[in-house]
Amino acid sequence: MTTTYAVLSEGLEKRFGDVHALRGLDLAVAEGTVCGVLGRNGAGKTTAVRVLTTLTAPDGGSARIAGHDVVREAGAVRAAIGVTGQSASVDGELSGRQNLRLFARLLKYRGEVARTRADELLERFELTDAADRPARTYSGGMRRRLDLAASLLARPQVLFLDEPTTGLDPHSRNQIWAAVRELAGRGTTVLLTTQYLEEADQLADDIVLVDSGRAAHSGSPAELKARIGSYAEVVVAHASALGPAAAVLDQLTGTEPVLDHERRTVGAVTTDPSLTLPRIVRELDAAGAAAIDASLRPPTLDEVFLRLTGRGTPIKETAA
Amino acid sequence: MSTDALVTERRTTDATAPTHTPVADGLAVLGRHLQRIKATPGVLILTQTMPITMLLFFGYVFGSALAVPGREYRAFLVPGLLAATAANGVMTGMFQSAQDCHRGVMDRFRTLPMSRSAVPFGQTAADVLTTAVGLVPLMLVGLAVGWRIEGGPAAAVGAFGLLLLFRFATSWVGCWLGLLIRNEEAAGQLGASTFILPLLSSAYIPTDNLPGWLRTLAEWNPISAVAAAARDLFGNAAPAADAAWPVAHPVAGTLLWSAVLLAVAVPLSVRLYSRGGE
Repeated sequence: MTTTYAVLSEGLEKRFGDVHALRGLDLAVAEGTVCGVLGRNGAGKTTAVRVLTTLTAPDGGSARIAGHDVVREAGAVRAAIGVTGQSASVDGELSGRQNLRLFARLLKYRGEVARTRADELLERFELTDAADRPARTYSGGMRRRLDLAASLLARPQVLFLDEPTTGLDPHSRNQIWAAVRELAGRGTTVLLTTQYLEEADQLADDIVLVDSGRAAHSGSPAELKARIGSYAEVVVAHASALGPAAAVLDQLTGTEPVLDHERRTVGAVTTDPSLTLPRIVRELDAAGAAAIDASLRPPTLDEVFLRLTGRGTPIKETAA
Repeated sequence: MSTDALVTERRTTDATAPTHTPVADGLAVLGRHLQRIKATPGVLILTQTMPITMLLFFGYVFGSALAVPGREYRAFLVPGLLAATAANGVMTGMFQSAQDCHRGVMDRFRTLPMSRSAVPFGQTAADVLTTAVGLVPLMLVGLAVGWRIEGGPAAAVGAFGLLLLFRFATSWVGCWLGLLIRNEEAAGQLGASTFILPLLSSAYIPTDNLPGWLRTLAEWNPISAVAAAARDLFGNAAPAADAAWPVAHPVAGTLLWSAVLLAVAVPLSVRLYSRGGE
């Protein structure tokens, strides 16, 4: 059986003056799957979404969405997609209901159908009570839900979510996640960008790590995690225990531990899935290293990039 | 929570209209702008108050110091203020489209399978409709302070039509500038400085006494032609025969200026909207 790709890009290039935002980005998202595009601020995630959703013309390369070329068949692409995120927003002066009715009309739903469709989505996203208030009075989470509702009016084949949960509280984030899972479960292809490894892990069938405008790595969350491993960290009571604790971690993980004398911590990356926290604690105890805290957690995004690209955090980025 | 709200079969049967329906799309966008005005009526009231304040201020403070041949200054000033209001489309159009770019609404429209001319058309058409309503209070106050409609009803309707046509043209120019600027604050700043434009025209003062080069500049300002056309058609003052061509033939001048502005701004706006400011 051949795979049909809902999103397929080859060698996408985009420059903004001196900034080379996309440097040959390849993406392939199979129909009906969720692709998590993971990257730090400035990696090119938003530019990629803008090119794929016809908002920005690429300088080079090509991309097809649901089989249609983003440049030559932009109209057909627009008829197949929904977009939510940093770049596509609703009108803050209009109420949630007015916004959804407007977009429904522009999506060629007529009169009564447009009204019904708007009300359906308001209810689905628990916005019925706030439906007649100006959208500018909504909380961040409500606003994001309204954005998502607007992008789902036409029941798109491919949904683009550009950092859908950045800046949201956990409850709102869970609501967005639930909607994404439901859409994915019913066959919608989803491409979402995120800065959070956890989010990509939770939602995506495949993760593409984007760094400096190109795909640095791609694979399933399990493959990615196997490759990047976990991070074992131990806090000791006295600086004198740092040495013995480091020796234990060195022996257990096979990688060189990193010592932080100020915080009295020692940490090391492990790719051994059988290594457990109790074992680490037992070995520390046996070695006489008095640990007061220990953890075995997924690495942060910065640690992932450090492992996969050999480069650490470049510059302190501004908020998204 | 109903799951069917999210994904079922694509579109209902009566929602399979073709993608390119510029008129229906334009009307939907127009409706959006009218809803915005209804949601924030303060903005409209504020824009109404400004020319009325200027009428009273200029009319009574400057009016006593200015000598206008044959006519009282306030009767001269009202058509000028109407023309200046028509020129304000640059400011409102620029602010509106810059705000929509800035806040991401423009990009939402641009991801929809809708006509590429609908957004600028809906915006400018809504602006003309609000201006049609907005000119009325100014005219009523004008009538109260001594201005008269003396050219007959047909000519008066013609004057009103010309004012709206010019507003439509300036609104498109503003729309284009806003798409170019894309920044709400910058558009607001630049918009505020457009008050200079009618000062360099015959809107508030007769141009006859200006020094030669300044007079030429002022008379080739499109606002002068519009003001002269309004004065002519409302029967307040005949066009000056020795003035520059658009002012000496103000009706033709206004039509021509509007046509030129539209011929330039419409394609530029639609192209810029389609490309997203690149």
